[in-house]
Amino acid sequence: MPESPFSRRNMLFGAAGVSAAAFLTSCTSNDDSDDEGGSEQQQANVSDDKPGKPVTIGFAGPEADHGWLNAINDNARSRAEKYEDVTLDITEGSNDTATQIGQVDSLINKKVDVLVILPADGKAMTQAGLKAMRAGIPVVNLDRIFNSPQAYRCWIGGDNYGMGLNAGRFIGEQLKGKSNAKVVELAGLDNLELTQQRTKGFDDALKNYPNIEKVARQAAEFTVESGQRKMSDLLQAVPEFDAIWNHDDDQGVGVKRAIDQSGRDEFIMVGGAGSKAVMDSIKADDSVIKATVLYPPTMAASAIDLARALGQQKGVSGMAEFEIPASITLYSAVVSKDNIDQYLPTGFN
Amino acid sequence: MLSKSDSLSAPAPEKPQGNGNAADWHSRLDFRLLALVGVLGLLVAVGALTKPDQFLDVDNFRLILTQSSAIGVVTIGVTLVIIGGGIDLSVGAIVALASVWATTQATQDYGLTGMLFCAIAVGIGCGLVNGVLIAYGSLVPFIATLAMLASARGFAEQMSDGQTQIVEVDAVLDLGNADARILGIPYLVLIFLGVAALGWVLLNRTTFGRRTVAVGGNPEAARLAGIDIKRQRLLLYGLSGLCCGIAAFMLIVLAGSGQNTNGNLYELDAIAAAIIGGTLLSGGRGTITGSVLGVVVFTTITNLFALNNVQSDVQKIAKGAIIVAAVLIQHHTSRKSSTQ
Repeated sequence: MPESPFSRRNMLFGAAGVSAAAFLTSCTSNDDSDDEGGSEQQQANVSDDKPGKPVTIGFAGPEADHGWLNAINDNARSRAEKYEDVTLDITEGSNDTATQIGQVDSLINKKVDVLVILPADGKAMTQAGLKAMRAGIPVVNLDRIFNSPQAYRCWIGGDNYGMGLNAGRFIGEQLKGKSNAKVVELAGLDNLELTQQRTKGFDDALKNYPNIEKVARQAAEFTVESGQRKMSDLLQAVPEFDAIWNHDDDQGVGVKRAIDQSGRDEFIMVGGAGSKAVMDSIKADDSVIKATVLYPPTMAASAIDLARALGQQKGVSGMAEFEIPASITLYSAVVSKDNIDQYLPTGFN
Repeated sequence: MLSKSDSLSAPAPEKPQGNGNAADWHSRLDFRLLALVGVLGLLVAVGALTKPDQFLDVDNFRLILTQSSAIGVVTIGVTLVIIGGGIDLSVGAIVALASVWATTQATQDYGLTGMLFCAIAVGIGCGLVNGVLIAYGSLVPFIATLAMLASARGFAEQMSDGQTQIVEVDAVLDLGNADARILGIPYLVLIFLGVAALGWVLLNRTTFGRRTVAVGGNPEAARLAGIDIKRQRLLLYGLSGLCCGIAAFMLIVLAGSGQNTNGNLYELDAIAAAIIGGTLLSGGRGTITGSVLGVVVFTTITNLFALNNVQSDVQKIAKGAIIVAAVLIQHHTSRKSSTQ
């Protein structure tokens, strides 16, 4: 089902547009104080590293009970510390929607300048976003999207469909010459929409490779323990296959353990999200793990940038716009041995 | 497979309830357990019909038993607590805390024994805290262990900083490898069977076991008969904690890491397994054999579903239906057996 990320992708500025804008800004000064002349009158007032108007950013995230979410919090914190003019007001994360609504309420009452919200459940948190916007506090919606565009000023997040698509393409290219290739999929939590989107993207990509058949799919729970359990079952269920896509690198620790325990290595594995452990494996190239599809936790740092720009009423550098965009979908890059060095620093524990 | 005596209102020494030599064998055989064996047989038949190659495979049976082992050990502890008239909702969280504590870098430096000791110590510690709160602080078991569920999970998150603690001690990892077996049985399964055997002896062949049944069946009568109820309860929760510690170590071996999400929902799985194993939730009756079978039934279902590529939503629905079916069959057979 074409969900919001689709429409969002359509709204995205193209790469060409970005580079053109980057060229434009490179000719101009970012500082609004030194006006250089008529030709740059239209240039946006963009945010940069220089201290500006002080901004208090309220941050409400879910409970950081595993690697990726933990990395989200770390990224937000360290980015905020980078700016002298930013004060970050973080509430304790919760996976309970009612609790999280209460936390957003308390941030609204504190009258923070901008809110960054990563909802435990996007749809359920829509009302909280609306309330903040009505109170005059612009909301940066991080990752799990609200139901209504009225509930946020800007959305930034990952591309779950794109993750599946790129994982499928990578595997497809690897198995191109092989007839009757078999692929299996170890998904995350099936009751999360993001899991369905990742699977949809994966299936769509595989449609381009008629020689490949997906022979099995099981869902784990994003934990090491469930990854180990479900992978053991999958290995027993399918005596021989050529590739596996594991949706999540956190459960991937358990998945890799199950593979090691079985002693099998006739297939290649592609991970998801981009943990440090998986990136190390890709670099070492000593196991079945050959690639991982990014779902970068650095989006939290970008969300802080956007929130700061919002608070200072500036645009984003590298773009010609006066305002920050309404939505930004990140790219789910495939990290393999070829480009591992570039991405290794973004791996999370 | 000996059944526990059902007349447990007084802590009298156990007597077979059979009334004649010929009927003795019959009355000692627990029909609830037979029903469970029947369910297991049915599952095996389904597996043999749908996926003969993958299901009827020694490796697969090893897999099912290995995957039963950690939750199985937890279930033994929970079964004893429930028979003793209590409930332990904190087992999953204790498993998480014990596994995280045992895998912090500082603990890993002490190697296998250090990690094992740490996991068990944390488990017993948490269990005794539960026990003290319930026995001497007069907290309702539901509340005390609910509080432990929340706080132990919190401590585990704090201690691990939300990160997976990857184990780098080879001696520990080797225990979970495919060749870590004795007579073809993986170490983890042996630990499970060992704990189950100890639990069985404890419940059926010792004074401690008889006291447990008495305290769970009728605490007032047990008290009048001179049993130290408080001490008994304290020890039961301590035992449950010990089982959690052992299970935590088994998970570390299995998954090669410790995580604060370990043991997620183990409390519900363990209680469900004990119940379908014939343990009475109100206490006073239950068997270790039933609990072991209950766990194995659950794992076999999951295994069957995975082999047949059934999606997780269907799995959950079917699991619920099977719990109800198993308990209904037991009610039916136990009514029959009691009217014989």
